[in-house]
Amino acid sequence: MSNEATVHGHSEVTTHEVHHDDHHGHHHQDTFITKYIFSQDHKMIGKQFLITGIVWAIIGGLFSVLFRLQLGFPDQSFPILEDLLGSKWAAGGKIQPEFYYALVTMHGTVLVFFVLTAGLSGTFANLLIPLQIGARDMASPFMNMLSYWFFFLASIVMISSLFVQTGPASGGWTSYPPLSALGDASEGSKAGMDLWLVSMALFVVSSLLGGLNYIATILNMRTKGMTMTRLPLTIWALFFTAVLGVLSFPVLFSGFILLLFDRHAGTSFYLSDIFLASTQKPLPNEGGSAILYQHLFWFLGHPEVYIILLPAMGMASEILSTNSRKPIFGYMAMIASLFAICVLAFLVWAHHMFVTGLNPFLGSFFVLLTLLIAVPSAIKVFNWLTTIWRGNIRFTPGMLFALGFISMFISGGLTGIFLGNSTLDIHLHDTMFVIAHFHIVMGVASFFGMFAGVYHWFPKMFGRYLNNTLAYIHFWITLVGAYLIFWPMHYEGLAGMPRRYLDVSGWVSFNQFDGLNRFISIVSIIVFAVQLLFVFNFFYSIFKGRRVKTPNPWGSNTLEWTTPINPGHGNWEGEIPEVHRWAYDYGKDGRDFIPQTEPVSATESKH
Amino acid sequence: MSTLLIIAILLLGFIVVFQIAKASEYVAVLKGEKKTFEQNNKINGFLLLAFMVLGLIGVYWCNEMFKGKILGEAASDHGEKIDTMLYITLALTGIVFVITQVLLFWFAYKYQHSEKRTAFYFPHNNKLEVIWTVVPAIALTVLVGFGLVYWFKITGDAPADANVVEITGKQFGWIYRYAGKDKVFGKKYYQNINEGKGNQLGLIWDDKSAQDDIVTSDAMYMVVNKPVKLIINSRDVVHDVGMVHFRMKMDAVPGTPTTIWFTPKFTTQEMKEKTGRPDFEYEISCDQMCGKGHYSMKGIIKVVTPAEFALWMAKQKPAYVQANPEAAPAPGPAAVDSVKSTAAATQH
Repeated sequence: MSNEATVHGHSEVTTHEVHHDDHHGHHHQDTFITKYIFSQDHKMIGKQFLITGIVWAIIGGLFSVLFRLQLGFPDQSFPILEDLLGSKWAAGGKIQPEFYYALVTMHGTVLVFFVLTAGLSGTFANLLIPLQIGARDMASPFMNMLSYWFFFLASIVMISSLFVQTGPASGGWTSYPPLSALGDASEGSKAGMDLWLVSMALFVVSSLLGGLNYIATILNMRTKGMTMTRLPLTIWALFFTAVLGVLSFPVLFSGFILLLFDRHAGTSFYLSDIFLASTQKPLPNEGGSAILYQHLFWFLGHPEVYIILLPAMGMASEILSTNSRKPIFGYMAMIASLFAICVLAFLVWAHHMFVTGLNPFLGSFFVLLTLLIAVPSAIKVFNWLTTIWRGNIRFTPGMLFALGFISMFISGGLTGIFLGNSTLDIHLHDTMFVIAHFHIVMGVASFFGMFAGVYHWFPKMFGRYLNNTLAYIHFWITLVGAYLIFWPMHYEGLAGMPRRYLDVSGWVSFNQFDGLNRFISIVSIIVFAVQLLFVFNFFYSIFKGRRVKTPNPWGSNTLEWTTPINPGHGNWEGEIPEVHRWAYDYGKDGRDFIPQTEPVSATESKH
Repeated sequence: MSTLLIIAILLLGFIVVFQIAKASEYVAVLKGEKKTFEQNNKINGFLLLAFMVLGLIGVYWCNEMFKGKILGEAASDHGEKIDTMLYITLALTGIVFVITQVLLFWFAYKYQHSEKRTAFYFPHNNKLEVIWTVVPAIALTVLVGFGLVYWFKITGDAPADANVVEITGKQFGWIYRYAGKDKVFGKKYYQNINEGKGNQLGLIWDDKSAQDDIVTSDAMYMVVNKPVKLIINSRDVVHDVGMVHFRMKMDAVPGTPTTIWFTPKFTTQEMKEKTGRPDFEYEISCDQMCGKGHYSMKGIIKVVTPAEFALWMAKQKPAYVQANPEAAPAPGPAAVDSVKSTAAATQH
């Protein structure tokens, strides 16, 4: 049914009658506004997500540079900071505690949600889903456009929160109440917190509009012959990502609504028995539970980790296979492990709460389920290793980042086994060990997946290549730098050094790490600078990069490479190609690659 | 000035790198795409191998550099269990880490592109896949098993003879309360908190068992080799009692008391000698984001001998007496009367 509809829609395009999207009229008559701003072309929306994500990544990264300056050099002052940020936030060139906490909060919020959720799955789900399943566009291009513009609105509100007098939210990216509920407890819990909540609510709307669309498109709009088990793993990963988002973001939303009520409507969902030193007055609220918020938050918060990680896994699988000139090993096991991760992701949230006074018996279930996730993760790693084994590997920049992704995923995944074990979590909870763990496994690894995707699909997005030399410099400094930054942090965590401390010199237990903190800060500044080099390469290459001369530059099997070099809205000029095989026939029967569109010949060997 | 200089140097570096990158693209065109690709591939293949070797050496070196600065001997019985668990996990994950990273980079290097090689068509193999489902599952079962045994030991009920101390977090410090002579904590209600009148915790003075409670913010005293149970509260936002040397940690949640218990093994004095640091103290660090003073929210624990503890305890005045100096000679009917009247007064 869906295929017929798609084919029908496409025939309208080829006969140059009315475009299947009535709102738009004819797609060749796009004005600047309908083509670049209120576009309903999934490819353009993907690019919008990517570029907005890049802007956010620069902002979020810059925040980390600022707070690393403080953490690495707590006794020095940087007069330029006072010039730039004003005397409230950086009096005497030193970052003030309120501002430090605003920085870490915004760094986390921006990178987790705006960059690695919207910027990563927003970009690649939009770009790849219709192209790789053989559809002209998303199931609802209009909803898809709305998804971007809600994200844009969320961005505007979040940015504006940086400029309110009392500063942006500063209670950590998790915004635990009562701290986040009470303006008298913290400057950042005043207007900044309201804006944070509004922005996040808009973000949830964006994410749901996008997610529902992705699911509907994958289930209904696949081209003829594209059965579910012929889908590239990117699509499977993006599918599970969307499912995770659709099921968990509403729960976060409900948590935020209750928090808004507690802030402004006098309710006591999260508040009980509170006396504030700043006002010297007890609050009237009784009977609320601060822990309730943590449950609601982490019911999204943990799936969120996989929302960030799964697209990177999918893209890495695709890129590894293409550049090893070898099929992905264990395709069905890869799907099964994605599915297992997707299910388990909903059953482990309380491992963030082992030391909140959670019933130890209940905690034990979360230990079991958490460590269970290591099994599908291990399957994936071994399958990737087998994929490159006896391949014929081309180290394109995309491939290098995909390899880097695996390395990071292993390193960060293994430390998850420490933290998921409640016994060890008692000691390691909320220390720098946690920071090292999740930055490696979900921050850096997902960034590597994202970079791999950008380098690999840039030719499809813009019809040009990124500069290779800059790409190699970018990869090597980022890989080495990321390990130099995050590996030694584990040691700080093992010593118990808490996260979110802006100065440890006053602590006998932690001040042995002065030198290490300085070293980490310096490396992080260098790595940040190299990311700017990538951003420069990105924008320069859009306009001046080497042109792509062949429609299938990587010798890839998937459908997006059967479109013209610069596909218009509707993707294929003629009919949508029919699919006859899975996406991974590389090196079969002595042939370098066999595109999905090629019918299976009678003499072909089976796999 | 120096900042501007650094920015200028960075910009210059950017431009130089960019020009080189641009030039290399032209060179590639001149040399031919195929030759450039082969060269780049060789270089990157070699670099991957070099990264692995140097990386593993770096890991070893980093470990040598920091191993003396991290754990030290656990100062509590529970801490020993946690350390054992840590070493078991470290051994297992360490092996997996080295094997998988070596395979990853070795395969990448070994199977880099060559005209002579054709990729091996190997889409799946059920036996292999079963192996690497089952082996990790077994390894993780072991870890879960050990972990849960220790977890239930640590979170189990405290021994009946444990000393009980109540610790309450506030922005940004800790308040400790001892039950006093009657060994019963008096009732409290947060609406009664009045710092000006010396009632930091909102004790109900009417309650007799509250009248001998000792409240202090100086340090938490505990007896070496005697189990101690902490009842953890918060007065405002969520805090966390983190005690790195004991390897213990528990959130302080307003409205919901939590508990932990452990047995300290060494006195503060012994730890000063063991660590060779005369400034050593058992520090309580707040481990849950609690506001602008979070990074400085410190408490001190003094682990002392029973005799020292008794001496210290004898010197403490109950909070009630401090808040109501006229009621100082506690026993006697007259005193009880004045208790009632002051209690009534504080309630108004």
